[in-house]
Amino acid sequence: MLEVLQYSFIQNALIAGILISIAAGIIGSLVVVNKITFLTGGIAHSSYGGIGLAIYLGIPVLFGATIFAVLTAIIIAIITLKNRTRIDAIIGIMWASGMAIGIIFVDLTPGYNVDLMSYLFGSIIAVSNEDLIFMSLLDFFIIFIILFFYKQILAVSYDSEFASLRGINVKFFYTLILILAALCVVAAIKAVGLILVIALLTIPTYLAETFANKLSSMMMISSILATIFTIIGLIVSYVYDISSGASIIMVSVIILTVVKLIGLKR
Amino acid sequence: MELINISNLSYRYHKTDVLENINLSINENDFLAIIGPNGGGKSTLLKLILGLLTPQSGTINKKIPNSLIGYVPQNTNLNIDFPITALEIVLMGHISSKKKIFGYSKDDISCAMKSLEQVGMEKFANSKIGDLSGGQRQRVFIARALCSNPKIMLLDEPTASIDVKGQREIYELLKELNKSICIVVVSHDISVLLNYAKNVAHINKNIVYHSLENVQKNINTQNEHLCEVELLSALGKTQICCNHNH
Repeated sequence: MLEVLQYSFIQNALIAGILISIAAGIIGSLVVVNKITFLTGGIAHSSYGGIGLAIYLGIPVLFGATIFAVLTAIIIAIITLKNRTRIDAIIGIMWASGMAIGIIFVDLTPGYNVDLMSYLFGSIIAVSNEDLIFMSLLDFFIIFIILFFYKQILAVSYDSEFASLRGINVKFFYTLILILAALCVVAAIKAVGLILVIALLTIPTYLAETFANKLSSMMMISSILATIFTIIGLIVSYVYDISSGASIIMVSVIILTVVKLIGLKR
Repeated sequence: MELINISNLSYRYHKTDVLENINLSINENDFLAIIGPNGGGKSTLLKLILGLLTPQSGTINKKIPNSLIGYVPQNTNLNIDFPITALEIVLMGHISSKKKIFGYSKDDISCAMKSLEQVGMEKFANSKIGDLSGGQRQRVFIARALCSNPKIMLLDEPTASIDVKGQREIYELLKELNKSICIVVVSHDISVLLNYAKNVAHINKNIVYHSLENVQKNINTQNEHLCEVELLSALGKTQICCNHNH
């Protein structure tokens, strides 16, 4: 089986899996402790509008998706900060309209025949060298921001009222957290697709919560768990010839269930 | 010395008057108990003092900067699953003189540890906040407020959902802190609180202020048992005149 490692697309898939797992572990922890999983889902799905637009205009797809996701994150941040009670309906609207925009632009693209499913469910085998560079830059950016603003992000996530009393700009950091989530979603689209990205953000983190007593250690444990899930998922996907995204998620769900059941028995 | 002076303060929320014409002076060494019925505006008053809310009319004159006002919020039971240690929570309260780019400086940590020692929680510095009991958690939040070396500390229902023994311990701690810090407590458990407070403000839209020395002279709590409901209504009146037989 080891001889498959010679193929460059397999190497790329493994590297992409590790890069995405690092981002997903860090950002997933932020998403889970801030209880913004649904918001992140909205951002993920509306970024599909950016994918459609990029295909229509003939620009790099990840670039289009990034712009769209970041804009959605900023809009959601503004609305949440203004009127928290209406947020669920607004996310629902952005979720669906982003998808609709994406589908319409793809329909309008002349002679278009790229596999749409690859963006919905991911195709880690098709990761290019340019994608890898994009993912690495994103990882560096996320890690840098987290190291630099750890104290502020922790304070805003745990107790935003107290943070504002200590002179921390809560609105800025809340928006920053959503933008980071948007960037992470875009990076993970290639690997697991935008429908499954939420699972990669939440499952390792949910499991890590049991072992971590600090946000920083939760981020590290989640990243390691995500890497393990992704690599096992890729192997399973290769051996049984099934979709990589779905395989990664099912491996995560099965391991999560087993660990939680063992935990219950004790 | 006067720390905070509130005059003719009114606050409305969605056309409902929450507070009306509040006048209150809070002084150094005060141990002020703020009592009153639910929805009477107690927490709102604290948030107005902190600047989290803005009054429609009246003034709050703070003689000290906001950074010297410590705050222990209500509902410290929320967010229990959050992966954060007691020490990290206390560190949130510290405003460091020397800014360190990554992580916390030695100064930050030694200051936070000192605050934890003051509340007797230094052994639990690295415990996850969710693993602590309600009373222990409350001490951690008091330490967080202490970490900024406040002149005055505002506490919102610090003993809610804590057993009676834990309540007394928290009040003993506040009494100790009151030797150097002005304490303002919003609370429901009046009978316990009145053993520690020096003054009491009853708030139900309007304010009624008593110095507790006078109250104790007028209400004989030693011989005749006065139930909390009666005591609360007595404190809501401007004049405490007569003994209530129970």
